[in-house]
Amino acid sequence: MTGSPVLRRTLAVLGVLVGVWLVVPTLIVVPLSFSGEDSFAFPPRSWGVQHYVTFFTEQSWLTALLVSLQLAVIVTVVATVLGTMAAFALARSRFRAKGAVDGLFLAPLIVPGIVVAVAMYAAFLGWGLIGTPTGFVVAHTVLALPFVTVNVTAALSGFDRTLERAAASLGASAWATFRSVTLPIIRPGVLAGALFAFVTSFDEVVVSMFLQSPNLQTLPVRMFTSVTNEVDPTIAAASTVVLVVSTALLGLASVTRRNRRHA
Amino acid sequence: MPETPTGASIRAEALTKVFKGAPAPAVDAVDLHVRPGEFMTLLGPSGSGKTTTLNMIAGFEAVTSGRILLDDTDIARLPPHRRDLGMVFQSYALFPHMTAAENVAFPLRQRKVAKPEAARRVREALELVHLDAHGDRLPSQLSGGQQQRVALARAFVFAPRAMLLDEPLGALDKKLRESLQLEIARLHSELGITFVFVTHDQEEALALSDRIAVFRDGRIEQVGTPAELYETPVSRFVATFLGDSTVFSGTLRGGLLDTGSAHLRAAGPDGACALVVRPERMHLGAEGENTLSATVTDVVYQGAFRRVLVAFDAGGTGQVRDTGTTPVQAGDRVEVGWAAEAGVVVADTPGAAAAQSLDDPVPA
Repeated sequence: MTGSPVLRRTLAVLGVLVGVWLVVPTLIVVPLSFSGEDSFAFPPRSWGVQHYVTFFTEQSWLTALLVSLQLAVIVTVVATVLGTMAAFALARSRFRAKGAVDGLFLAPLIVPGIVVAVAMYAAFLGWGLIGTPTGFVVAHTVLALPFVTVNVTAALSGFDRTLERAAASLGASAWATFRSVTLPIIRPGVLAGALFAFVTSFDEVVVSMFLQSPNLQTLPVRMFTSVTNEVDPTIAAASTVVLVVSTALLGLASVTRRNRRHA
Repeated sequence: MPETPTGASIRAEALTKVFKGAPAPAVDAVDLHVRPGEFMTLLGPSGSGKTTTLNMIAGFEAVTSGRILLDDTDIARLPPHRRDLGMVFQSYALFPHMTAAENVAFPLRQRKVAKPEAARRVREALELVHLDAHGDRLPSQLSGGQQQRVALARAFVFAPRAMLLDEPLGALDKKLRESLQLEIARLHSELGITFVFVTHDQEEALALSDRIAVFRDGRIEQVGTPAELYETPVSRFVATFLGDSTVFSGTLRGGLLDTGSAHLRAAGPDGACALVVRPERMHLGAEGENTLSATVTDVVYQGAFRRVLVAFDAGGTGQVRDTGTTPVQAGDRVEVGWAAEAGVVVADTPGAAAAQSLDDPVPA
């Protein structure tokens, strides 16, 4: 970057402004969640943690949080295993329709969420999966899968397959080679994919709206209901929790990726 | 290092590899017998089938047809991890997430060798390659030469039936290459196991091998000791691939080679053939049964001698190792002489370098 000091300073100011514009509206929920009042008045006239107390004690919030956490954990495991296997298959085979299959794996990222939601609703209705834990796991796994395949494929593309030949020549079976050589080396990519999968499931709302039932709601769905039906500032606390969890995990993902580059 | 040095024999029988879509077999019915404890080099230009042959022995490439006998067992259909052969790669192929010692311990771990025993053998193996002080380093903290020594230790620590080395010195600079050459020769004599070594570098092959198999177009052109290959090559290809030489092609009849423009004395069966004369068997001057007039085209000073390149009046070029005291210069008119028994008559196959015109000597 060369240029006059004035230009550089202007660019810096603009950059900060854009950043503020992107982040501040989101961050409003943080002070709001520590409001001492039962309203959305901003700025709050008094401070307190009562909304957090409500969030972590009231049954409907707590249940929704636990459902979301459990779901995200299961989806992370399923999507990471399936996505890693898919990435291996895609990275290591050559066939005519490979480009098309690669594209199919990215489809959930590209197809509008509402279209996916409607399609899944129609399909799951026939299969009796609406409002069931299985339905949620299957749906969220579909959405999380591309993040795993993309990250693992990237890790595999930099992997030297001579190492697998070396392991084989030294007496390691295919499975031992995968476990002790391939997986440890591509682990940062797998971990990044897993974190993305967790976050994808944890804050997914559109598909979950369609799949929900009165006794099976995820946290984002519960929040949406709260906003539309109630005037309850507890949602600010809920939002802050989601914000912190997602940001922390994605931060972790970017750290593991940076480590991979340095390795 | 291994308690009981055991070198297995390796015998390839009609070994063939055809890659899908390729017009010709990469390896074409190769027969090769590597004796127990022998240092056998597979030498040839790229694409000659030497690496594919090694990969079939190692199990990385499926065999199209033929057998590979390790001692008396056919291993051609065995997966690589059950062949018990130590492999060394050009790219070292050390596991980057393991220390040098962990890399060397890897094959022992696969074989469930008890911890204390494994630790002792890892230490001994690293000592043997002079890296006992570097066991806790990661590969990224080692130089290329050190990495390849770790890879060597990793390949012999489990006392394999044989060692397979795929251009192990190819990624190293000249000086390291020479010191590691000595290291490999020393390991071979200390371990007493069979080595199969792939290279395209003729000097490396001459320096290290008990015997050399020269590959060309998926077939073995000649197998022999370095001296046999150098002194009595069977073909023009072998003669030009190993060492420098002057080559005349023509028709031999009654001990006289007719090149079309000259008649040269040579011993061999009648018929079309090539006459190969090594530079040190030729001299400047008219002595000898054969003399040709020539013009010096280039003189390369090599210390103990001069490499003199000449263009013969009768056509073609040649190379003479000149140890005389009166230096010649480019442009000088000279006589080149040699004794009839100094030349070797061989089959007139195409030379080692396809781009080379047929009568050119191969540059070093």
